[in-house]
Amino acid sequence: MATRLQPVQHNQIELNRPLALDSGAALARPTIAFEAYGPLNTARSNVILICHALTMDQYVASTHPVTGKPGWWSKVVRPGGVIDTDRYHVICANVIGSCLGSSGPASVDPATGKPFAMSFPVVTIGDMVRAQAMLLDQLGVERLHAVIGGSMGGMQALAWAAHYPNRVERALIIASAARHSAQNIAFHEVGRQAIMADPDWRGGDYYATGRVPVKGLSVARMAAHITYLSEAGLTEKFGRQLQDREVKTFGFDADFQIESYLRHQGISFVDRFDANSYLYITRAMDYFDLADPHGGRLADAFRHSPVRFGLVSFDSDWLYPTAESRRIVQALHGAGAQASFVELSSPFGHDAFLLDSPEMWRLIAGFIEAGL
Amino acid sequence: MSPPILRPDLALIAAQVPTGARVLDVGCGDGTLMAALRDTKATDVRGLEIDPANVAAAMELGLAVVQGDADRDLADYPDDSFDIAILSQTLQTSHRPDRVIDQLLRIAPRAFVSFPNFAHWRVRLALMWNGRMPVTRLLPVAWYETPNIHHVTVSDFRDMLRDKGIRVEAAWYLSGDRPTSDAAASWRAEHAIFLISRT
Repeated sequence: MATRLQPVQHNQIELNRPLALDSGAALARPTIAFEAYGPLNTARSNVILICHALTMDQYVASTHPVTGKPGWWSKVVRPGGVIDTDRYHVICANVIGSCLGSSGPASVDPATGKPFAMSFPVVTIGDMVRAQAMLLDQLGVERLHAVIGGSMGGMQALAWAAHYPNRVERALIIASAARHSAQNIAFHEVGRQAIMADPDWRGGDYYATGRVPVKGLSVARMAAHITYLSEAGLTEKFGRQLQDREVKTFGFDADFQIESYLRHQGISFVDRFDANSYLYITRAMDYFDLADPHGGRLADAFRHSPVRFGLVSFDSDWLYPTAESRRIVQALHGAGAQASFVELSSPFGHDAFLLDSPEMWRLIAGFIEAGL
Repeated sequence: MSPPILRPDLALIAAQVPTGARVLDVGCGDGTLMAALRDTKATDVRGLEIDPANVAAAMELGLAVVQGDADRDLADYPDDSFDIAILSQTLQTSHRPDRVIDQLLRIAPRAFVSFPNFAHWRVRLALMWNGRMPVTRLLPVAWYETPNIHHVTVSDFRDMLRDKGIRVEAAWYLSGDRPTSDAAASWRAEHAIFLISRT
């Protein structure tokens, strides 16, 4: 049952400078894994950076090397698509702290020759974005035509606009927030405690044991997955239907379809994600609050920003509710920045941003093309 | 792309907006006026619109439009963040038109406000002869489904401005899309457009 993550070759680059982290620590020569699609024009002015969500990765439009599934936004990012790779050079980098080729807790610490595990420094959304900026420096890309992200990707897009306003023409923030709420932190803490309670976690030092905290990471994923959906969506898809049986068993097997579905989500997640990375990235999200360095005044993070902002929320998303997007819009008004915002209707909760949404796709296309 | 044909009240407002002004269009619809202002007056124009489909359409035009409700969300804009606020055909749909006017003149020193005149003679006749809420060209929807919850006449509006101490810089009245005189506005104007400012 307890499997290790398959070793997979990723497209990687070693940063040529140390990455200074918000915690005060630094990573000497971190590795960043990334995928790039479409031609880079000679002016290098057609670059779109896509920032991925918590458990996503750089395989936005190419087959995932572990699961063999198509890229997580391959319907959007493709030749002739909403984000047209015939015309734009699209870059997506695996975030620092993750496990798909960028430096993270599963990476080998050059000082010890062993995986960092919990000795990997705690990283932040700001650190992820700083690493991406250094990657772009090395790739010779100064300015971004657009930075786009949903959920944690939206946090990065916001951080990009806040920290590098002169490198970003427009930022599209989908189903996201400028801070993690108490409820969001609470759900993450449940997930982390589930991982840490698994005896196979061993204080994070499981890489040499041949076992991984399957149970803990599965339960973390199950709990989190509920937050990505909506009650109406769950009721519509599963209701109280039983799984492969006519009657209840009066036991604790997965009687209900929703139980079976969640168990499957949990178990399949373990095959593609490192438990320690899950701890580190959820922590990075919890620490995210763009207003914090400005005495709580979010507008000050965007004062006189030349960036064009687009924000999209979904009415059934209770993890990153519309109120969080409105709070950003309010701050952007206060900062005098150019902002658009729309709440789209969807029964699918937070996950809506990853699903087929022609309404959202038209918005993205319009936003990218605007002013050209 | 040929410029879109503007509704007469919007064309009139567009003609009056100074080049380069910072403009907030409240109830901007699909962004037709905003696009015209951006393209012909090089204005920095932003919009607020309640209908998500309209917001999406405006965003697709590259316009900066925020989905929101004039009754609630104007409070989010800082004082004097615009030179001109525009409220076209939206006043009569708000819950508290008086407060919306206050917000407009807090956000910008001057505002264009346009609305259908409920004292137009056709409206008066409909009430007088039929005893029924009028359904006219500019008020095309039956009473139970109209978004216009605060019908207002030219005289009512003038009274409110006077009570609030708000200055009228100019007013235009349209009848059948053509201008009509100030004197006859109360009963001949189908449509009124006011340019108001703080005193």
